[in-house]
Amino acid sequence: MKLLSEVRGDDERLDLSALVTRIPYAQFLGVRVEERGNEITLVMPFKESLIGNVMLPALHGGTIGALLEFTAVIQLLAESQPSSLPKTIDFAIDYLRSGRPEATYARATIAKHGRRVANVQVEAWQSVRSKPIASGHGHFMLKES
Amino acid sequence: MGDITPVTDHSIAEHLRHVPHAAALGMQLAGYEDGRALVRVPYAEHLVGDPDTGVIHGGVLTAVLDNVSGMAVPRASLSEAQRAIATLDLRIDYMRPAKPHEDLMVEAECYQLTRAIAFVRARAYQASDDRAIASSVATFMLGANRAAPPGFGAGEGAS
Repeated sequence: MKLLSEVRGDDERLDLSALVTRIPYAQFLGVRVEERGNEITLVMPFKESLIGNVMLPALHGGTIGALLEFTAVIQLLAESQPSSLPKTIDFAIDYLRSGRPEATYARATIAKHGRRVANVQVEAWQSVRSKPIASGHGHFMLKES
Repeated sequence: MGDITPVTDHSIAEHLRHVPHAAALGMQLAGYEDGRALVRVPYAEHLVGDPDTGVIHGGVLTAVLDNVSGMAVPRASLSEAQRAIATLDLRIDYMRPAKPHEDLMVEAECYQLTRAIAFVRARAYQASDDRAIASSVATFMLGANRAAPPGFGAGEGAS
Protein backbone atom coordinates (compact mmCIF):
# COMPACT_ATOMS: atom_id res chain seq x y z
CA MET A 1 0.00 0.00 0.00
CA LYS A 2 1.41 3.31 -1.15
CA LEU A 3 0.29 5.44 1.79
CA LEU A 4 2.03 3.32 4.43
CA SER A 5 5.14 2.57 2.38
CA GLU A 6 5.67 6.30 1.80
CA VAL A 7 5.87 6.99 5.53
CA ARG A 8 7.85 3.91 6.52
CA GLY A 9 11.36 4.85 7.65
CA ASP A 10 14.63 3.03 7.03
CA ASP A 11 14.10 1.27 10.39
CA GLU A 12 10.78 -0.10 9.04
CA ARG A 13 8.80 2.00 11.54
CA LEU A 14 5.91 4.19 10.40
CA ASP A 15 6.30 7.96 10.77
CA LEU A 16 2.86 8.59 12.29
CA SER A 17 3.06 12.40 12.08
CA ALA A 18 3.88 12.18 8.39
CA LEU A 19 1.03 9.71 7.91
CA VAL A 20 -1.51 12.08 9.46
CA THR A 21 -0.49 14.91 7.13
CA ARG A 22 -1.31 12.66 4.16
CA ILE A 23 -4.85 11.83 5.25
CA PRO A 24 -7.14 14.62 4.05
CA TYR A 25 -9.83 14.07 6.67
CA ALA A 26 -7.24 14.18 9.49
CA GLN A 27 -6.03 17.49 8.09
CA PHE A 28 -9.62 18.74 7.92
CA LEU A 29 -10.07 17.94 11.63
CA GLY A 30 -6.63 19.42 12.36
CA VAL A 31 -5.42 16.31 14.22
CA ARG A 32 -1.74 15.77 15.04
CA VAL A 33 0.21 12.97 16.70
CA GLU A 34 2.45 13.43 19.76
CA GLU A 35 4.77 10.59 20.74
CA ARG A 36 6.43 10.44 24.17
CA GLY A 37 8.38 7.24 24.60
CA ASN A 38 5.93 4.47 23.84
CA GLU A 39 2.87 6.64 24.57
CA ILE A 40 0.92 8.16 21.72
CA THR A 41 -1.47 11.06 22.22
CA LEU A 42 -3.60 12.50 19.46
CA VAL A 43 -4.27 16.22 19.73
CA MET A 44 -7.20 18.00 18.08
CA PRO A 45 -6.70 21.76 18.60
CA PHE A 46 -9.88 23.82 18.67
CA LYS A 47 -11.14 25.46 15.53
CA GLU A 48 -14.48 26.96 14.59
CA SER A 49 -15.40 24.27 12.05
CA LEU A 50 -15.46 21.62 14.80
CA ILE A 51 -18.41 23.28 16.55
CA GLY A 52 -21.73 21.43 16.64
CA ASN A 53 -23.67 23.71 18.96
CA VAL A 54 -23.07 27.44 18.61
CA MET A 55 -25.24 28.30 21.63
CA LEU A 56 -23.26 26.46 24.31
CA PRO A 57 -20.79 26.40 22.47
CA ALA A 58 -19.79 22.74 22.18
CA LEU A 59 -17.77 20.59 19.83
CA HIS A 60 -19.75 18.47 17.39
CA GLY A 61 -20.06 14.97 18.88
CA GLY A 62 -19.04 13.55 15.53
CA THR A 63 -15.65 15.25 15.67
CA ILE A 64 -15.00 13.62 19.05
CA GLY A 65 -16.15 10.25 17.73
CA ALA A 66 -13.92 10.61 14.68
CA LEU A 67 -10.95 11.54 16.88
CA LEU A 68 -11.52 8.44 19.04
CA GLU A 69 -11.70 6.14 16.04
CA PHE A 70 -8.68 7.75 14.42
CA THR A 71 -6.68 7.37 17.66
CA ALA A 72 -7.51 3.66 17.75
CA VAL A 73 -6.23 3.20 14.20
CA ILE A 74 -3.02 5.12 14.91
CA GLN A 75 -2.35 3.00 18.02
CA LEU A 76 -2.81 -0.18 15.98
CA LEU A 77 -0.46 1.12 13.29
CA ALA A 78 2.15 1.98 15.93
CA GLU A 79 1.99 -1.32 17.76
CA SER A 80 1.60 -3.78 14.93
CA GLN A 81 3.27 -1.94 12.01
CA PRO A 82 0.94 -3.61 9.47
CA SER A 83 1.23 -3.47 5.69
CA SER A 84 -2.22 -1.92 5.25
CA LEU A 85 -4.65 0.27 7.20
CA PRO A 86 -6.81 -1.62 9.73
CA LYS A 87 -10.50 -1.61 8.77
CA THR A 88 -13.11 -0.64 11.35
CA ILE A 89 -15.66 -3.40 11.95
CA ASP A 90 -17.62 -1.56 14.62
CA PHE A 91 -17.12 1.35 16.95
CA ALA A 92 -19.12 2.49 19.99
CA ILE A 93 -18.89 5.89 21.63
CA ASP A 94 -20.10 6.99 25.05
CA TYR A 95 -20.42 10.75 25.37
CA LEU A 96 -19.63 11.74 28.94
CA ARG A 97 -19.32 15.52 28.95
CA SER A 98 -19.85 18.22 26.38
CA GLY A 99 -16.73 19.14 24.43
CA ARG A 100 -15.74 22.70 25.22
CA PRO A 101 -14.19 24.91 22.53
CA GLU A 102 -10.61 23.98 23.40
CA ALA A 103 -8.01 21.33 22.52
CA THR A 104 -9.05 17.69 22.84
CA TYR A 105 -6.65 14.81 23.51
CA ALA A 106 -7.10 11.07 23.01
CA ARG A 107 -5.21 7.93 23.86
CA ALA A 108 -5.92 4.31 22.97
CA THR A 109 -5.18 0.94 24.56
CA ILE A 110 -5.24 -2.30 22.63
CA ALA A 111 -7.29 -4.63 24.83
CA LYS A 112 -6.84 -7.66 22.60
CA HIS A 113 -4.66 -8.05 19.55
CA GLY A 114 -5.68 -11.22 17.78
CA ARG A 115 -4.39 -12.55 14.51
CA ARG A 116 -7.21 -11.06 12.45
CA VAL A 117 -9.17 -8.81 14.79
CA ALA A 118 -8.13 -6.30 17.44
CA ASN A 119 -10.23 -4.75 20.21
CA VAL A 120 -9.19 -1.18 21.02
CA GLN A 121 -10.39 1.11 23.82
CA VAL A 122 -10.00 4.87 23.60
CA GLU A 123 -10.56 7.85 25.86
CA ALA A 124 -10.74 11.57 25.04
CA TRP A 125 -10.32 14.43 27.46
CA GLN A 126 -9.68 18.17 27.49
CA SER A 127 -7.98 20.19 30.23
CA VAL A 128 -8.37 17.53 32.94
CA ARG A 129 -7.17 14.01 32.13
CA SER A 130 -9.30 12.45 34.90
CA LYS A 131 -12.50 13.96 33.45
CA PRO A 132 -12.90 12.25 30.06
CA ILE A 133 -15.38 13.84 27.66
CA ALA A 134 -15.91 10.60 25.75
CA SER A 135 -14.80 7.00 25.65
CA GLY A 136 -15.00 4.49 22.84
CA HIS A 137 -14.22 0.93 21.93
CA GLY A 138 -14.19 -0.88 18.65
CA HIS A 139 -13.13 -3.89 16.66
CA PHE A 140 -10.73 -3.59 13.75
CA MET A 141 -9.90 -6.08 11.02
CA LEU A 142 -6.19 -6.59 10.52
CA LYS A 143 -4.72 -7.82 7.28
CA GLU A 144 -3.25 -11.26 7.82
CA SER A 145 0.44 -11.08 7.19
CA MET B 1 -37.36 2.16 6.47
CA GLY B 2 -39.89 3.20 3.81
CA ASP B 3 -39.69 6.23 1.57
CA ILE B 4 -39.15 9.47 3.39
CA THR B 5 -40.78 12.73 2.35
CA PRO B 6 -38.30 14.62 0.15
CA VAL B 7 -37.78 18.01 1.73
CA THR B 8 -34.97 20.46 1.14
CA ASP B 9 -36.35 23.80 2.35
CA HIS B 10 -37.52 22.89 5.86
CA SER B 11 -36.43 25.08 8.79
CA ILE B 12 -34.20 22.18 9.81
CA ALA B 13 -32.23 22.66 6.57
CA GLU B 14 -31.57 26.21 7.70
CA HIS B 15 -30.54 24.87 11.11
CA LEU B 16 -28.10 22.49 9.43
CA ARG B 17 -26.40 25.36 7.62
CA HIS B 18 -25.76 27.00 10.98
CA VAL B 19 -24.04 24.01 12.57
CA PRO B 20 -20.41 24.81 11.68
CA HIS B 21 -19.22 21.20 11.51
CA ALA B 22 -22.27 20.04 9.53
CA ALA B 23 -21.64 22.85 7.04
CA ALA B 24 -17.92 21.97 6.92
CA LEU B 25 -18.80 18.37 6.03
CA GLY B 26 -21.16 19.64 3.32
CA MET B 27 -24.31 18.07 4.80
CA GLN B 28 -27.52 18.88 2.88
CA LEU B 29 -31.07 18.06 3.96
CA ALA B 30 -32.69 15.70 1.43
CA GLY B 31 -35.78 14.52 3.30
CA TYR B 32 -37.57 15.25 6.54
CA GLU B 33 -40.62 14.33 8.53
CA ASP B 34 -41.12 14.43 12.29
CA GLY B 35 -39.09 11.51 13.63
CA ARG B 36 -37.11 10.87 10.43
CA ALA B 37 -34.37 12.67 8.52
CA LEU B 38 -32.38 12.07 5.32
CA VAL B 39 -29.14 13.90 4.53
CA ARG B 40 -26.88 13.93 1.49
CA VAL B 41 -23.13 14.45 1.82
CA PRO B 42 -21.54 15.22 -1.57
CA TYR B 43 -18.22 13.46 -2.13
CA ALA B 44 -15.35 15.85 -1.37
CA GLU B 45 -11.58 15.50 -1.29
CA HIS B 46 -11.25 16.77 2.29
CA LEU B 47 -13.35 13.83 3.55
CA VAL B 48 -10.93 11.20 2.24
CA GLY B 49 -9.40 8.79 4.74
CA ASP B 50 -7.34 6.67 2.36
CA PRO B 51 -5.58 8.71 -0.33
CA ASP B 52 -4.61 5.50 -2.18
CA THR B 53 -8.22 4.60 -2.90
CA GLY B 54 -10.11 7.89 -2.39
CA VAL B 55 -12.46 6.19 0.09
CA ILE B 56 -13.89 8.60 2.67
CA HIS B 57 -12.80 8.31 6.31
CA GLY B 58 -14.87 6.31 8.79
CA GLY B 59 -14.91 9.38 10.99
CA VAL B 60 -17.02 11.18 8.39
CA LEU B 61 -19.65 8.47 8.78
CA THR B 62 -19.42 8.83 12.56
CA ALA B 63 -20.04 12.57 12.41
CA VAL B 64 -22.85 12.35 9.88
CA LEU B 65 -24.63 9.40 11.55
CA ASP B 66 -24.48 11.27 14.87
CA ASN B 67 -25.85 14.47 13.36
CA VAL B 68 -28.65 12.90 11.29
CA SER B 69 -29.68 10.69 14.23
CA GLY B 70 -30.10 13.83 16.33
CA MET B 71 -32.20 15.41 13.58
CA ALA B 72 -34.53 12.38 13.67
CA VAL B 73 -35.49 12.99 17.31
CA PRO B 74 -39.17 14.03 16.96
CA ARG B 75 -39.76 17.67 17.72
CA ALA B 76 -43.52 18.10 17.33
CA SER B 77 -44.44 16.38 20.60
CA LEU B 78 -41.60 17.89 22.64
CA SER B 79 -41.53 21.07 24.68
CA GLU B 80 -38.97 23.75 23.88
CA ALA B 81 -36.87 22.67 26.91
CA GLN B 82 -36.96 19.00 25.86
CA ARG B 83 -35.71 19.85 22.39
CA ALA B 84 -32.22 20.49 23.76
CA ILE B 85 -30.75 17.04 23.20
CA ALA B 86 -27.39 15.44 23.94
CA THR B 87 -25.99 12.24 22.47
CA LEU B 88 -25.49 9.62 25.20
CA ASP B 89 -24.02 6.95 23.00
CA LEU B 90 -23.60 5.92 19.40
CA ARG B 91 -22.62 2.50 18.08
CA ILE B 92 -21.72 2.04 14.44
CA ASP B 93 -21.30 -1.12 12.36
CA TYR B 94 -19.21 -0.68 9.22
CA MET B 95 -20.50 -3.20 6.69
CA ARG B 96 -18.69 -2.32 3.48
CA PRO B 97 -16.32 0.38 2.24
CA ALA B 98 -17.93 3.41 0.62
CA LYS B 99 -17.27 3.78 -3.09
CA PRO B 100 -15.06 6.78 -3.88
CA HIS B 101 -16.41 9.78 -5.83
CA GLU B 102 -20.01 9.05 -4.87
CA ASP B 103 -22.32 11.01 -2.58
CA LEU B 104 -23.16 9.57 0.79
CA MET B 105 -26.78 9.29 1.95
CA VAL B 106 -27.67 8.93 5.62
CA GLU B 107 -31.19 8.20 6.83
CA ALA B 108 -32.24 8.09 10.48
CA GLU B 109 -35.43 7.14 12.27
CA CYS B 110 -36.48 7.52 15.89
CA TYR B 111 -38.05 4.18 16.86
CA GLN B 112 -38.77 4.83 20.51
CA LEU B 113 -39.34 7.97 22.53
CA THR B 114 -39.73 8.15 26.29
CA ARG B 115 -40.05 11.26 28.45
CA ALA B 116 -36.28 11.45 28.88
CA ILE B 117 -34.72 9.42 26.07
CA ALA B 118 -34.94 9.06 22.28
CA PHE B 119 -33.75 5.84 20.59
CA VAL B 120 -32.65 6.32 17.00
CA ARG B 121 -31.35 3.99 14.30
CA ALA B 122 -29.66 5.13 11.13
CA ARG B 123 -28.09 3.74 7.97
CA ALA B 124 -25.65 5.10 5.45
CA TYR B 125 -25.71 4.12 1.77
CA GLN B 126 -24.84 5.48 -1.64
CA ALA B 127 -27.12 6.51 -4.47
CA SER B 128 -25.83 3.78 -6.82
CA ASP B 129 -26.35 0.97 -4.34
CA ASP B 130 -29.07 0.72 -1.71
CA ARG B 131 -27.10 -1.75 0.43
CA ALA B 132 -25.95 -0.19 3.71
CA ILE B 133 -22.30 0.75 4.06
CA ALA B 134 -22.84 1.43 7.77
CA SER B 135 -25.65 1.33 10.30
CA SER B 136 -25.92 2.76 13.78
CA VAL B 137 -27.99 2.96 16.92
CA ALA B 138 -27.89 6.00 19.19
CA THR B 139 -29.58 7.23 22.33
CA PHE B 140 -30.23 10.87 23.09
CA MET B 141 -31.12 12.56 26.35
CA LEU B 142 -33.97 15.05 26.04
CA GLY B 143 -33.92 18.37 27.90
CA ALA B 144 -30.16 18.09 28.16
CA ASN B 145 -29.41 21.67 29.13
CA ARG B 146 -31.91 21.79 31.97
CA ALA B 147 -30.27 21.87 35.43
CA ALA B 148 -26.99 20.63 34.00
CA PRO B 149 -24.16 22.21 35.99
CA PRO B 150 -21.21 23.39 33.91
CA GLY B 151 -19.01 20.49 32.87
CA PHE B 152 -21.68 17.88 33.46
CA GLY B 153 -23.51 18.10 30.15
CA ALA B 154 -23.31 15.06 27.90
CA GLY B 155 -21.79 15.11 24.44
CA GLU B 156 -23.39 17.50 22.01
CA GLY B 157 -24.28 15.50 18.98
CA ALA B 158 -26.71 17.52 17.01
CA SER B 159 -28.70 19.69 19.36
